[in-house]
Amino acid sequence: MAKSKQYSDLSHTPSFIIRSILGTGFFVVLCTIIAFPVLAGLLASFRPGTELIRRGLAIDLNPTTMSLSNYAYLFGGNEDSKKYFMWYKNSLLITVVSVVLTLFICYFVAYGLTMYDFRLKNLLFTLVIATMMVPFEILMLPMYKEVIALHLIDTYAGVIITGLCSASTIFFFRQYLSGLPKELLSAARIDGANEYYISVRIILPLAKPAFASMGILCAMGSWNAILWPLLVLKGAEKFTLPIGLNTLLTPYGNNYDVLIAGSMFGILPIFILFLLFQRYIIDGMTAGAVKG
Amino acid sequence: MKTKNFLYSQKVAPYVFVLPFILSFVVFWIYPLITAFTMSFQKITPTATDWVGISNYAKLLKDKVFLLAVRNSATYMFFTLVLLIPFPMIFAVLMDSHIVKGKGFWKAILYMPALTSVVISGMLFRLMFTEYKTGQMNLITQALGLGTYKWLKNGWSGMLALLVLACWRWTGVNMLYFLSGLKSIDTALYEAADIDGATPVQKFFYVTLPLLKPTTIYVLTISVYAGLAMFLESYMLWAGNASPNNIGLTIVGYLYRRGIEKNDMGYACAVGVVLLIVALIINFAQLIVNGTFKKED
Repeated sequence: MAKSKQYSDLSHTPSFIIRSILGTGFFVVLCTIIAFPVLAGLLASFRPGTELIRRGLAIDLNPTTMSLSNYAYLFGGNEDSKKYFMWYKNSLLITVVSVVLTLFICYFVAYGLTMYDFRLKNLLFTLVIATMMVPFEILMLPMYKEVIALHLIDTYAGVIITGLCSASTIFFFRQYLSGLPKELLSAARIDGANEYYISVRIILPLAKPAFASMGILCAMGSWNAILWPLLVLKGAEKFTLPIGLNTLLTPYGNNYDVLIAGSMFGILPIFILFLLFQRYIIDGMTAGAVKG
Repeated sequence: MKTKNFLYSQKVAPYVFVLPFILSFVVFWIYPLITAFTMSFQKITPTATDWVGISNYAKLLKDKVFLLAVRNSATYMFFTLVLLIPFPMIFAVLMDSHIVKGKGFWKAILYMPALTSVVISGMLFRLMFTEYKTGQMNLITQALGLGTYKWLKNGWSGMLALLVLACWRWTGVNMLYFLSGLKSIDTALYEAADIDGATPVQKFFYVTLPLLKPTTIYVLTISVYAGLAMFLESYMLWAGNASPNNIGLTIVGYLYRRGIEKNDMGYACAVGVVLLIVALIINFAQLIVNGTFKKED
């Protein structure tokens, strides 16, 4: 007790203030460097696309060269705009569906692996770890052939289905769930609740922070996924946003107006989601320790 | 009623819960994995599939482009481990201390790159590492009086660009992993260390570092994996799978080139199998050194 009192006294000493300025200053510098590319890209999106080629990501706040014309074009209802929002919609659909399915499936798998002692438990958990240790890229070509054989090529199902049992999501849920007291289960069983009721109504609400943090991670992964959708999706009308944007990057095309504005607007949904859920992410990560 | 009781019993419920994993494991892991192995011993053309024994592997060992790809991936992985474990860990310790103000804001900014698609970040970094005078890297070298440089056309500077991009993208994510690890350390241990008169440096090495070990192992494992399997960063930085003299070509880049661009699936699968073996050797060695297999809970 005396020790913590000493701390609070220390917090007003000049040495503490200097350390605080240095510590905070460090993150000011680091974050300025980190934020630079995206901020420069955002500024560039207000200048004509030809400027991007000629002058790169120059930081230029001259208001006379800046305009909303790239965005006006992007939202203008023209061919490019229609294509862009089609990709946008496809990405949204795939992201929402795969996040919801992945979260629930992985939660229940982790629940089974955490809350019970059964014969295959250790083996199965080892297998979960094993799947994490094989890079997806190795399975990519056989899976591609498999998806063709299953007639899932060029479908959203083909994009989504292979990633539903995400090992890292199961791993995270398991870590989170193993921090919860198992007495909750025995107490609920004494009250007559069945196993599935307990998993859905008693433990799941406690795992909400884990859902939030895994949700944002899955959403991010899905929204930004490139490699697998690039293989599975063939028709331009089915493309997701990253793949669509990538097709604008041809050496001959001069689509930098759409590309830069579209890129910046493409970051938006995931960034909004992150800002909304940030508290839950931090809660999810900090709530690992259980209060007895 | 009997089946219901059966399905609802505590003996059966866990199997019901893990069933999706078992299905997904068989269909989207074991099966493709075995297929990858068998395909690597085949010559696959659109019209025929022939068994060719180990000739794909024999060819690989003499394939200079493949060996370059291996070297690029290994170099990249090594430097990402050096850069993306200690620094994010120190940043996390600093962030966790009471001297930093506005933590939420900094965390959000540091996490932002991970939210940005590789397509977009690749484009932004390509512009910053351009050989023209306007690129940020050349602005820096010009300010230092070193003139301009063709960053994406030379081996070491191309690798530098990839590593800068990797650090930019993953520093914040790894820091958040370490932060969550730090939160799980009992503060009583630090109080005890205080009573024993430990300095902050001693506290870091004798309390923080050992107790962060599970987090560190996790970050190490995913970094080995991500480093060896890196492809998209290179693909987007050079706007395609072809970089000058293959300076940005990675193992997966070569797998993609052979399997998808040149439709030589058998050879590409051999590339994948080699990647798998390398990844497994490194990860098992790492886990054995860290003693993960000793303590089963």
